[in-house]
Amino acid sequence: MPELKYLVFLGCVIPYRVSSYEISARKVLDKLGVELVEMAEFNCCGFPMDPINHNLMLTLAARNLCLAEQQNLDIMTLCNGCFSILNEVNKELKEDKKLREKVNEYLKGIGMEFKGTIAVRHLIHVLAQDVGFGKIKDTVKKPLTSLRVAQHSGCHVLRPGKVVGFDDPENPSTLKDLIAATGAKCLDYMDETECCGNPISAINSELPLELAREKLDHIRAVGAQAMITVCPFCHMMYDLNQVRIERKFNEKFRIPVLHYPQLLGLAMGMSPDELALKDLRVDASELVNLL
Amino acid sequence: MAETEKTPETKASEKMVVKASEMDPRFKYEISKIPGAEKIMLCFQCGTCTADCPIARFDDFYRPRKLIRMTQLGLKDRLLSNDVIWLCSTCFTCIDHCPQDVGIASIVRALRNLTVEGGRMPLVYQELASNILKTGYSYEITELRLKKREEQGLPPLPKANLENVTKLFEITGLSKMLEKVRT
Repeated sequence: MPELKYLVFLGCVIPYRVSSYEISARKVLDKLGVELVEMAEFNCCGFPMDPINHNLMLTLAARNLCLAEQQNLDIMTLCNGCFSILNEVNKELKEDKKLREKVNEYLKGIGMEFKGTIAVRHLIHVLAQDVGFGKIKDTVKKPLTSLRVAQHSGCHVLRPGKVVGFDDPENPSTLKDLIAATGAKCLDYMDETECCGNPISAINSELPLELAREKLDHIRAVGAQAMITVCPFCHMMYDLNQVRIERKFNEKFRIPVLHYPQLLGLAMGMSPDELALKDLRVDASELVNLL
Repeated sequence: MAETEKTPETKASEKMVVKASEMDPRFKYEISKIPGAEKIMLCFQCGTCTADCPIARFDDFYRPRKLIRMTQLGLKDRLLSNDVIWLCSTCFTCIDHCPQDVGIASIVRALRNLTVEGGRMPLVYQELASNILKTGYSYEITELRLKKREEQGLPPLPKANLENVTKLFEITGLSKMLEKVRT
């Protein structure tokens, strides 16, 4: 059994507002024997800077990649946005010699050089491919057979398909399989791969609420008791903003939105407190009572 | 919402008359040199991007197909002064669905980058950039948050190397652009 050890890339959104994801992810990964090494001196992945300066995004991302190369460890992200940028830049710099030369010219200014020796993974890749479903199922002590949930993988762990090269972006199954491993039933619903809309919240605060409302509506329609996410930014859209959505459209959803590691942790027999379920904005206590 | 379903008022105000004097025939070549935007000329206006765009479903003005056509026609000034380009949520559905493999979202990113070079930048990006310069993180993570991490048993948040970050902002020219935008 190879050693499962990764540099954990937290990004900005998780420490800013979504600690419950980090807390639960660390707990379940520890249980699965995955070792996480803290990433000293990392900076923003670069994603938020791409719209204003593509080269800055490239160099911010490349700097993070260089830090990982120095430690000779693969990066594991919890955030879809961080995964998307770090993975894409890593891939482009490995494949495109001209681009690599250009970026390395920038990096000279900070005494770094991209070599292309590591890989970038997202939590769900680590769980599904490296840890494996067998091992996950072995740790499930309390199968959540009474739960019916719906998944939202989020865009950046799937698209662009050509760059991500994992799962089927039109009909993704990884998160569904990971949910099934906990014993919970994962329901299909309309427009599963639709974007949460959060990336434009700061430009137009109303429009993403319409997108999120539609998704919550589709999830409610199939009778899901909870929604499961693997991205802190998507999570904010459905959990933190759910009250706003309810107010704006005069509707009641009250659908708890759990980070996948919270669901898995519950199935492993961990307590809701340990998994920071209390930190969720939409109360999940009724859901916990079902278990 | 289909592009043709508009109220009579918006129809009249939006009717687009394209004048030859507005068209910059070099613009598409300029764009096609930007990484990710190389295939701009391959777009044959099928409209799949707009049909599958989650934002276009809820917004009356954001139409990726139209942005690509305007770029091909060289309507540079209109594009670079148009707030609608900031509505792309970068879900990359258009990129995956385009039958011509045109990197639509990347072209929109190129248009945004050029807008910034011209001295216009939405406030939120100025804030994000200034946060990264100050802390290495795009959001300001308060002392309270850092203390809470400790209480929750999380490891301390690594401090970024601000010297390096500042240097990257300078080398890539964003520091200068930020000054230009602010003045």
